[in-house]
Amino acid sequence: MPRGGEVQRGGVQTGVRGMAQESEICAKIKGTMISQVFILTSKGDHLIFKDFRGEAGVDAINAFYESVTALSGDQPPVVMTHKDMHFIHVRQGGLYWVASTKTSASPFTIIEFLNRLTALTKDYCGTLCEKSVRANFALIYELLDEMVDYGYIQTTSTDILKNFIQTEAESSKPFSLFDLSNVGLFGADTQQSKVAPSAAATRPIMANRGEQGGKNEIFVDVIERLAMVIGSNGIIMKADIEGEIRVKCYLPNCSEMRIGLNEGLSIGKSQLRGYGSAVRVDECSFHQAVKLDEFDTYRIIKVCPSQGEQVIMQYQVCDDLPCPPPFRLFTSVERDSGNRLLLYLKLRCDLPPKSAAINVSISVPVPKGAISLSQELSSPDQRAELQPKNKAVLWEIPRFPGGSQLLALFKMEVPGLSSASLLEVGPVGMCFELPKHTCTGLQIRFLRLTPTQPGSSQRWVRYVTHSDSYTIRV
Amino acid sequence: MPYLSTEETVKELKRALSNPNIQSDRLRYRNYIMRVIRSMTQGLDVSALFMDMVKASATVDIVQKKLVYLYMCTYASLKPDLALLAINTLRKDCADPNPMVRGLALRNMCNFRMPGMTEYIHQPILTGLKDKASYVRRVAVLGCAKMQSLQPNAEIDATIVNELYGLLRDPDPVVMVNCLRALEEILKHEGGVVINKPIAHHLLNRLKELDSWAQGEVLTFLLRYKPRGEDELFDMLSLLDGLLHSSHAPVMAATLRLFLQLAAPHPAVQADALEQARGPLLATCGSQSRELRFAGLCHVQQVLRSQPAQFGVHYKRFFCGYSEPAYIKFRKMEILVELVNDENVGLVLEELRGYCTDVSPELAQAAIAAIGRIGRTYSEKCLDILTGLLGLKQEHITSAVVQTFRDLVWLCPQSTATVCQAVEGCEESLQDSEGKQALLWLLGMHGGQISNAPYVLESHIDGLKTEMSSVVKLELLTAAVRLFLLRPAETQDMLGRLLHYCIEEESDMNVHDRALFCYRLLECGLEETRRVFQGPKSDPCMGVLTGCPQEPINSWASKFNTLWLLGASEVVPASSDTAASDQPAHSSQGDALAEAVDEQLSIPEEGQQSPDLSLGAPLSHEAFERHWLELCVTHREALGFQGPPSASESLQAALQLVKIQTLAFSRESTTPWKAYLYTHGSGTLILAELLQDESEAGNSSTGLVVSLKQLPENKMAIQEFVSVLRTVLQTLTKDGS
Repeated sequence: MPRGGEVQRGGVQTGVRGMAQESEICAKIKGTMISQVFILTSKGDHLIFKDFRGEAGVDAINAFYESVTALSGDQPPVVMTHKDMHFIHVRQGGLYWVASTKTSASPFTIIEFLNRLTALTKDYCGTLCEKSVRANFALIYELLDEMVDYGYIQTTSTDILKNFIQTEAESSKPFSLFDLSNVGLFGADTQQSKVAPSAAATRPIMANRGEQGGKNEIFVDVIERLAMVIGSNGIIMKADIEGEIRVKCYLPNCSEMRIGLNEGLSIGKSQLRGYGSAVRVDECSFHQAVKLDEFDTYRIIKVCPSQGEQVIMQYQVCDDLPCPPPFRLFTSVERDSGNRLLLYLKLRCDLPPKSAAINVSISVPVPKGAISLSQELSSPDQRAELQPKNKAVLWEIPRFPGGSQLLALFKMEVPGLSSASLLEVGPVGMCFELPKHTCTGLQIRFLRLTPTQPGSSQRWVRYVTHSDSYTIRV
Repeated sequence: MPYLSTEETVKELKRALSNPNIQSDRLRYRNYIMRVIRSMTQGLDVSALFMDMVKASATVDIVQKKLVYLYMCTYASLKPDLALLAINTLRKDCADPNPMVRGLALRNMCNFRMPGMTEYIHQPILTGLKDKASYVRRVAVLGCAKMQSLQPNAEIDATIVNELYGLLRDPDPVVMVNCLRALEEILKHEGGVVINKPIAHHLLNRLKELDSWAQGEVLTFLLRYKPRGEDELFDMLSLLDGLLHSSHAPVMAATLRLFLQLAAPHPAVQADALEQARGPLLATCGSQSRELRFAGLCHVQQVLRSQPAQFGVHYKRFFCGYSEPAYIKFRKMEILVELVNDENVGLVLEELRGYCTDVSPELAQAAIAAIGRIGRTYSEKCLDILTGLLGLKQEHITSAVVQTFRDLVWLCPQSTATVCQAVEGCEESLQDSEGKQALLWLLGMHGGQISNAPYVLESHIDGLKTEMSSVVKLELLTAAVRLFLLRPAETQDMLGRLLHYCIEEESDMNVHDRALFCYRLLECGLEETRRVFQGPKSDPCMGVLTGCPQEPINSWASKFNTLWLLGASEVVPASSDTAASDQPAHSSQGDALAEAVDEQLSIPEEGQQSPDLSLGAPLSHEAFERHWLELCVTHREALGFQGPPSASESLQAALQLVKIQTLAFSRESTTPWKAYLYTHGSGTLILAELLQDESEAGNSSTGLVVSLKQLPENKMAIQEFVSVLRTVLQTLTKDGS
C-alpha cells in the first residue's frame, strides 16, 4: 500500500488545451463510457431511454433503428457507427438492448453489460419480453440508475442492487398453481411429479411482500449445449459440449451452498482417466465467488448464492463424446422415373431407454422448386411439411423415446429434376431437447445449504441438454 | 386508451397532477407520474409539466422521488429557471440521514446539465467526498467529473484533483475506480490520469478485491503505465497471469490486451499470452450470447493474422451452427479459410461444400468465394468441388462459381485448363451482371481454350438489345475484340455486328465511346490492337497478397479489445501524433532506425512541413486488392536503388516508423521482387507497389521501381510519400553496406 505522500500527480503538461479536437480527446479516454442505454421493440417503439452523459439527443435512437433495419443479411449488426457514436446491441426477448458510446470501449465489456442487464431484468421482472419490460419500466429505470452513473458501470450484483431497488415488480403473469401442473424445464412436457415447474423459475426474485411469504426455493440447473457434425458415413466429425451449472436462488438468506459433483470427475485432456467411464471435461471455469478448496479432492463447489440467476460453473468438452451421439440418421435419396424425388429417412434415438428426446425437429434441405410433398410417417403425432421458402422439409416429432427408431418416406414433385439436383439434399439439421440427461454424465450428488433453511425451502436439481447445432451430412 | 395528441396528453396530465384529490392519494399520484415518464420515454415533449413535477419531488416516497429526478434530469437544460426551484429540495436531501437518499440527491443534482449549476453543486460534492457512506462517496467522485464537464473551459480545480488522487486509497473499490475515471475526464486535456509507479502497484495489489467490471477498467488504465525495467514488467505480468483464464470475457480480453502491449518488445511473451488465452477466447466463440460469440470471432480472426497456426487444430470450433445468424456464419467462414492447412483442408472443404447449397444466396455465394480462396493454395480439390456445383444449374451458384473461376485463373494460371473445360455450357444459367462479366472476361482471355466461346459470345451479342447493364456491354466489347484476336475467322462477323449496334444504336455514351474506340483501334491494324488489348493472362505476383507474411502482433495490439475489431468505422482520423503515442515501443534496432530517419527528415530547409502521413485505419487485404485493381497508376518512378533491401523485416519496421504500412512482400531472393505498401496522408489513401524486376533485359539499370495509386488524387502527398520512401531506403542501404 502506498503511503500518503507517494500517491502524487505526475508531470502535467500544459498548454495543449484547445489545440486538439474535443471528440478526438474523448475517443482517447481510457475506460468504458456508456453514453446512452435504450431498449426498443422490434418495431422501433421506445421502451426505455436513459441518457447518462448528454452527449447526444433522443434522435440517436432513430439513427440506430434506421441503421439496424437497413442492414442486409450479411452485415454484422452488433456494432454500428453513426457519426461519432457507436451503437452496440444485443437481441434478447425480441427486443433491442442498445448501448451507445463515443469511446473505443471494450466490446466484451459492453456486450456483457447488456447481457447482464437482460439477466437482471429477467430476475426482477420474472420474464424477458416486451410486455414485462413495458409493465416494469420504472423498475428498469431504477436498476439502470444504480447500475451506471455518468456512463460508468458501478455494480451489477443482485445482492447490492436489491438494497436500492424500491419499485415492486409487476409480474406480467400472476403465479398460479395451474402452472405447477405438468410443464417441465423450458416447456418440456413431462408427467414426472418430481420435476420442477418451468414457471416456478420465471417469477420475479423479489416476491410481492406479503404474498405467499416468498417461496423459499433454489434451482440448480445443469444445462448442456451439444454441437455435432456427423459425416455421411456415420463418423463423428465434430462433437463439442458447452455446459454450465446455473443457480437460480429465491432464498432471502443463504450463507453457503455446497454442491457435490461426480467424485470421478476429471478435468483436462492430460489427466489419466479412472476406471473407464469416469466423467470428464476438458476445461472448466467458475464464477468469481465460488470457493474451490474442496474441489480438488472431493469435487465439491462452495458458493454463497445471491438472489437471482447466476452461472457458477462453465465447462467444455471437445471432440470426444463420452456417450454415443443421441441420434443417428440413415437416408436414401432416389429419383424415380418421373420428376419425383424419394427420400427415405430412418432416425434412431440412441439414448438410454428410460429417457426421451422432446420437441425434435429435423430439417432436410430439398432441391429448389420442390412441390407437393406426400409423406408416410410412422405415428399420427408426428408432422411434416414442405417449406418452399427454406427449401426444406421439416419433420417434427414431439416425443422420441430412447432406443426406438422412426421411419419416414417423403415423396416430392420436383420439376426439372436432374441427377445433379440430388446434390442439393444437403446436410440435415436437427433441434431437440433432452430433459433429465447430460451428455457428459455430469451429475450433482448432493446440494446442502447452510444454515439449514427453515422447513419450507425447496431444492431443485434439473438437467437438460439442448442441441446447439446438430448436423448430419447425407 | 384513446389516441391523444401530445398537447392533449400534456394537458390531461397537468390537470391530474394538480388535482388535490390525486395528490393526496399516494398511489394514484405516483401512477400519473409514471405516465409522465412513459410519455417522456416515447419521445413526447412533456417539459411543460416541469412545475408540477418539482412539486412532486418533495415527498418521502423514494420511488416517486426517483421518477421525478429522472424527469428533471431530462428537462433541466430546457427549463433552467424552474430547475433552480428544485435545488433547494435536493440540497436538503443531500443532508438526509439515510445515505441512499443523500447519494440519490447528489447524483441527480449533478446530472442537471445546465449552465450555472456549478455553484450549487460544488459544496455538496466536497462534503460528499468525505461522507462516511461509500455509496455517497462513489457518487461524489463522479460528481467532480460532471462538474468539470459543465464548464469545460474553467481552470482545473487543483484541490479537487488532489482530493481525488488521495481517494485512490479509499477502502471501497468502486470509489477507487471512480476516482480513476473522474481524474481521466478532468485531466483529459493533459493526457488523463497519471499512472506512476506507486499508483500502478497500488492498483495491482487491489485488483483481487474488485468485481469483474472494475477489474476490466483498471486493467485498461494500467495500459498507460510503462514499467521501469524488465524485472518490474515480469513481476506485473506474473501477477496478472491468472486473469488470462478468467471466465468473464471482459476481464480476459482486457488482461490479454495489457499483456500484448506491455510485452511489445518480447514477442515470446506475447505468443505465450495468446496461447494461454486461447481456451477462454475459444469459449467466447461458443458462448450462448450471439453477440459475445461475434466479438470472440472477430478477435480470433485478428490473432490468426499474426499466428495462423494458433487455431489450426481447433478448426471444428468454427463450423457453422445450423441456427446461427448469417453474420456469425460469414465470420466463421472467413476464419476457416485462414486456418486451412495440409491436415484439415479436406474436412474444411467438405464442410464449406455443405454451405454452398444454403437457402440464403448470400451465404451460398460467400461459401463459394471461400472455397475459391482456399483454391489459391489447394487448387485441385477446390476446382473439383466448384465444377460439381455448376451441375446444380442455379443462377446464384453458377454466377458465384464463374466469378471465383475468374479470380482463380488470374492468380493461379495452372488452373486454366480445368476452368476452361468447366465453364462450357454454364452460360444458360447466368443472369446477374457480375456473373456475366466474369464469364465474358474468361471468354475473351482464354477463348482459345474454350471450344464454344464464339457461340456463347454470339448469343450475348444477339441478346444485346435486352441487356440492361452497361458494364456488361463494356465487358462484352472487350471480350469480343480479344476473341477476335485469338480466333478471327469465327468472330469477325459478330464483332462487326456488335460494333455497328453499339456505335449506331447504343444510348449509353460510355458504351458508345468504347465501341468507337475499338473500331478505330482495329483500323490501325491488328498489331496495334493486340498491343492494347492483350495484356498478361495472369498475375501470379498478386498471389503475394494472399500468401502474405504474418502481421506483427504489435500492429494491432493497441486495437485489441476495442470496437475497431468489431468493424466500427474509425470516426476521428487519428492524427500522426496520436498514432505515435499509441504505438508500442519498438525494438532497439528500430529505434536506431527511427532516429536515423528523423535526422534525415529534419535536414530539409526551414518551413517545409514534415510529411503528414499516418497509419490511419488498417486496410484489409481484400480492400487493398479491390482498390489496387480499381485505380490506375498515378505516378511511377525509378528510385535508383539496386535490389531489394537486405532484410525485408527491417524494411517493414522502418516503414512502420514513418507511418507506411507494409501489406505484403515477396521473399528476399525471388525475382521479380515485389512489396505492397499503403499509407494515409493529407486526406488521401496512397497505395504503392515496389518492384524489382531484373529479368527484363535492357531495363536492368532502373533498379527498384515504385508505382503509386491514390484515392483521391493529391500530387503534393505523392511527392512527400516518395521522398519519405527514398529516405528510408537510403538509410537501410547505408546500414546494410
